Amino acid sequence: MASIPRFEPVTLLLFVLLSTALTISSGSGDGFTINGRVRIPQGLGTKGFALPGKISNVKVILNGGQNVTFLRPDGYFSFHNVPAGTHLIEVAAIGYFFSPVRVDVSARNPGKVQAALTENRRGLSELVLEPLREEQYYEIREPFSIMSVVKSPMGLMVGFMLVVVFLMPKLVENMDPEEMRRAQEEMRNQGVPSLASLLPGGGRS
Amino acid sequence: MAIRSFLFLLLLFFSSLNPILSLYEDQVGLMDWHQQFIGKVKQAVFHTQKTGRKRVVVSTEENVIASLDLRHGEIFWRHVLATNDVIDGIDIAIGKYVITLSSGGSILRAWNLPDGQMVWESSLQGPKHSKSLLLVLTNLKVDKDNVVIVFTNGRLHAVSSIDGEVLWKKDFEAESLDVQQVIQPPGSDLVYVVGFAASSQFEMYQINARNGELLKHESAAFSGGFLGEVSLVSSETLVALDSTGSILLTISFHNGKISFQQTPISNLVGDSLGPAAITPSSVTGIFSLKVNAITIFIRVIGEGKLEVLEKTNLKTAVSDALSISEGKQAFALIQHAGSEIHLTVKPADDWDGNLLKESIKMDRQRGLVHKVFINNYIRTDRSYGFRVLIVMEDHSLLLLQQGEIVWSREDGLASIIDVTTSELPVEKDGVSVAKVEHNLFEWLKGHMLKLKGTLMLASPEDMAAIQSMRLKSSEKSKMTRDHNGFRKLLIVLTRAGKLFALHTGDGRIVWSHLLQSLHKPQACQHLIGLNLYQWQVPHHHAMDENPSVLVVGRCGPSLDAPGVLSFVDTYTGKELSSLSLAHSVAQVIPLPYTDSTEQRLHLLIDADQHAHLYPKTPEAIGIFQREFSNIYWYSVEDDNGIIKGHALKSKCTSEVADEFCFDSRELWSVVFPSESEKIIATVTRKLNEVVHTQAKVIADQDVMYKYLSRNLLFVATAAPKASGEIGSVTPEESWLVAYLIDTVTGRILHRVTHHGSQGPVHAVFSENWVVYHYFNLRVHRYEMSVIEIYDQSRADDKDVWKLVLGKHNLTSPISSYSRPEVITKSQSYFFTHSLKSIAVTSTAKGITSKQLLIGTIGDQVLALDKRFLDPRRSVNPTQAEKEEGIIPLTDLLPIIPQSYVTHALRVEGLQGIVTVPAKLESTTLVFAHGVDLFFTQLAPSRTYDSLTEDFSYALLLITIVALVAAIFVTWILSERKELQEKWR
Repeated sequence: MASIPRFEPVTLLLFVLLSTALTISSGSGDGFTINGRVRIPQGLGTKGFALPGKISNVKVILNGGQNVTFLRPDGYFSFHNVPAGTHLIEVAAIGYFFSPVRVDVSARNPGKVQAALTENRRGLSELVLEPLREEQYYEIREPFSIMSVVKSPMGLMVGFMLVVVFLMPKLVENMDPEEMRRAQEEMRNQGVPSLASLLPGGGRS
Repeated sequence: MAIRSFLFLLLLFFSSLNPILSLYEDQVGLMDWHQQFIGKVKQAVFHTQKTGRKRVVVSTEENVIASLDLRHGEIFWRHVLATNDVIDGIDIAIGKYVITLSSGGSILRAWNLPDGQMVWESSLQGPKHSKSLLLVLTNLKVDKDNVVIVFTNGRLHAVSSIDGEVLWKKDFEAESLDVQQVIQPPGSDLVYVVGFAASSQFEMYQINARNGELLKHESAAFSGGFLGEVSLVSSETLVALDSTGSILLTISFHNGKISFQQTPISNLVGDSLGPAAITPSSVTGIFSLKVNAITIFIRVIGEGKLEVLEKTNLKTAVSDALSISEGKQAFALIQHAGSEIHLTVKPADDWDGNLLKESIKMDRQRGLVHKVFINNYIRTDRSYGFRVLIVMEDHSLLLLQQGEIVWSREDGLASIIDVTTSELPVEKDGVSVAKVEHNLFEWLKGHMLKLKGTLMLASPEDMAAIQSMRLKSSEKSKMTRDHNGFRKLLIVLTRAGKLFALHTGDGRIVWSHLLQSLHKPQACQHLIGLNLYQWQVPHHHAMDENPSVLVVGRCGPSLDAPGVLSFVDTYTGKELSSLSLAHSVAQVIPLPYTDSTEQRLHLLIDADQHAHLYPKTPEAIGIFQREFSNIYWYSVEDDNGIIKGHALKSKCTSEVADEFCFDSRELWSVVFPSESEKIIATVTRKLNEVVHTQAKVIADQDVMYKYLSRNLLFVATAAPKASGEIGSVTPEESWLVAYLIDTVTGRILHRVTHHGSQGPVHAVFSENWVVYHYFNLRVHRYEMSVIEIYDQSRADDKDVWKLVLGKHNLTSPISSYSRPEVITKSQSYFFTHSLKSIAVTSTAKGITSKQLLIGTIGDQVLALDKRFLDPRRSVNPTQAEKEEGIIPLTDLLPIIPQSYVTHALRVEGLQGIVTVPAKLESTTLVFAHGVDLFFTQLAPSRTYDSLTEDFSYALLLITIVALVAAIFVTWILSERKELQEKWR
């Protein structure tokens, strides 16, 4: 299920051009501004079940709900007035799993980007957030197969009956009478109720 | 041998049916329902000019911005902003963008009107905090652009509505300037900024809206000072009150000349009635004044002359002005008269020339009209028609048109403060089950269809028929009790002070009740609903009585305000009785005792630590006296960092004899050092939790005894510095301490410090374990920890010989005063998401394994098996431990998308998760509430005690028929064979 986002060469080029903007810039007043981008690669979300979450319903959350912002049509977002320190950015999007990102906003050298995914500790050179994987909320109904019927309790019941009815007499017939007797004795000694004695013809031959 | 191996294979087959909790997409809506709300509307802007969809954009007190369909009241789109991102104003610019100003005026956003996509966002800063005002200049066009004027934080901004670019900004240096209004005179490029400075100075700035140039600045002093709101009566005239609230000031600033006109209110209304307040409105020439309960409408006739138009003591609500044609304005007025409301639409220039007068019957349970928004449309005969959107006291939203309620929305449900449940009535004998059930043929047909569905032979029409059959199954929404206990009533209390009963089957409102007693204006001005308790649950005795709930409220926001009790029948929604208390309510303790009519005894603790017993009957006092010395409670003082334990002492020694009042004594107190620890979370076990067994058998045939005390309290404290937001402290100066405290003795049973961690802490306590979630600053990830507590004093009870010889201590009484020998086990794991809420499943007998229900920051609810939070997990579990079901240790708790109980839905603004056991042991009912409501059934270990909904009866029948046929065939065959053998 975990498909790794692929970069097509064209988008990669585009993406380099777009990401020239500074990720963190010193804003007016007492705080800094964190700029970033959420990018949901095409190709993800087209597979049948997962609802491709609309970009307008994606929320970007700073520090567990201190600030919540939304995406612009091009996927960019910004948090204004953020004090210097280490912050946590989470992306909430239905249908995708995003890793939280730690972002260091340093007062000494504004403009310096320090971001890392907390899930796998991968550093980010730019604040471009991509889903780690797609989330399937539903089980997929398996198409009808004869195996599923056979595997169902009813199928097993019928199968067991068939085996007992048709295969068991064959097994018993092929057995050596001596061996048979010995097997029966053994079972009696163990005290296990013998299935074979219940079989038609089992005790007689 | 062959048989044995076959049996083994069979077992393998069964065990391979992997038990995971999940849902197929076509099962959505079978057992769950989801409802979307927006909350109490603060502001509404209509968008009806263009042909096509007519909509209204609203902002609400739950910080929701939504676009609603004006025809049906459905939501086109909706966004829930953060809790601290309060919306200050909304408007529509250039016909396609919704502009919102939020966060105390510091964030300006534009949303695309058709689909709700955010278009741009601007951050507006200023030198100081001030009132924030939003004004879209519709008639000032600069290259097809509307300019948005925002006054915020002491600075005036002009923002382009196309891209959010700030065109110009202007600071107002005057230190104490308190800007009241930003006005644009019609048809000009000017903007007036008016306000008060130094409480007695009136300031007026005239600014060019194109470039922000200050054209004129005038000020004038008024010795009387100003009070409260102002009302704009024309683009160059304001009405305000002086600081005593008894003189009306008409301030005109025509052509930059400021002049005051004073009119004492007593001159207008005859006698002085008390302090007045201006209701802000924007109707030209008219303003309204509220004096006590009387509303007075006053017209300003040039040169500061005032004229009283109407004086009424009916409850009245007025809309803003709506310009209907060139220079003509109209506004709506709604007045209450008994069970009806009178809607009148009046033109601004002619008080008696009503454009519209309608009377509409209004449900008393909706209370008063709080807000009115007016909009017009052109009828086919080219005359004007009016539609009015009203917001009621219970937070519901209604659209009135042509004397009727076109649609209504129960948006009070967006702010639920407490939830409880009630059983439904037992099915009466008169109604036979057969009547409700389909006849046999229908039943078989349905199952044949289902079988076709499972065998994938069904055509699309068949599939649709199956789906609709499953969804509208009348069974689940019946108004009677069922065997499995799935059908219940959810009783919810909203912030508006309204009780709703929701049916668990489909979420419909069975009844609603606005707590009227709480709204007697003399007795209680600002009622705040607090909590809901199950007052009477007849199940053994008093079966002919209906169950009832107790609603506890308080008059006013302060803790020592007097309390109010209300008892409501849960079958009918009728209030049985209500009490206005003489004392306050600080704490409510439902006691585990009931009287002969199954009314539960409740102890109400007031602010002075007196305990009051309810119900006030001699029987109750009798029961209470017996248990007098067994009642303990605790109180938490967050601010001082003190937890205190209390017990009862004696009857109250007040001058008024009250045998239901008791004095309390302080037993113990735990004081946390204020310089290093601050209480951030306290959690106890749920009172009604059922635990199946005290013993826990572990791998090597050993037994551990859970320490199951009802008096355990989990407390989390954090360094005072670290109780703020993430990122504000370094790991070195933050720590988090978790305690387990016995609330009878005050003994600290366990204490653990997490260095470099901080809150917020979300915790849940159940049986003998507590799970809590916090933030680890060192690795910058969230963590979840589990603490399990076991009783060591019973550890030697597992000796069989002692049991046989009767030397065990199983029968010795358990007391909190006996010094417990406990051991704790704990473990921590990483968790990916932030949390909003956490709960645990609860079942009828407590046998089913538990799941944690985690409300994530993305407003989803995740079910996580408690086995993942087991302190006995290790990296390499032994074979015996594996058999016991211990999962190998991983540092991260897994998030399996299929185990989101909310599947692809969001419970926007998630606040709380409530679980209620069904009668069926395997199943628990889950209700998650926030701005949205979500309800589902959950089986943490699968439905092992009943057949699932998609069980195929037809396949079972076919199998049985096949087996019977096979038996006959084999019988005949064996008969024949036997005959042959005999002939041989």
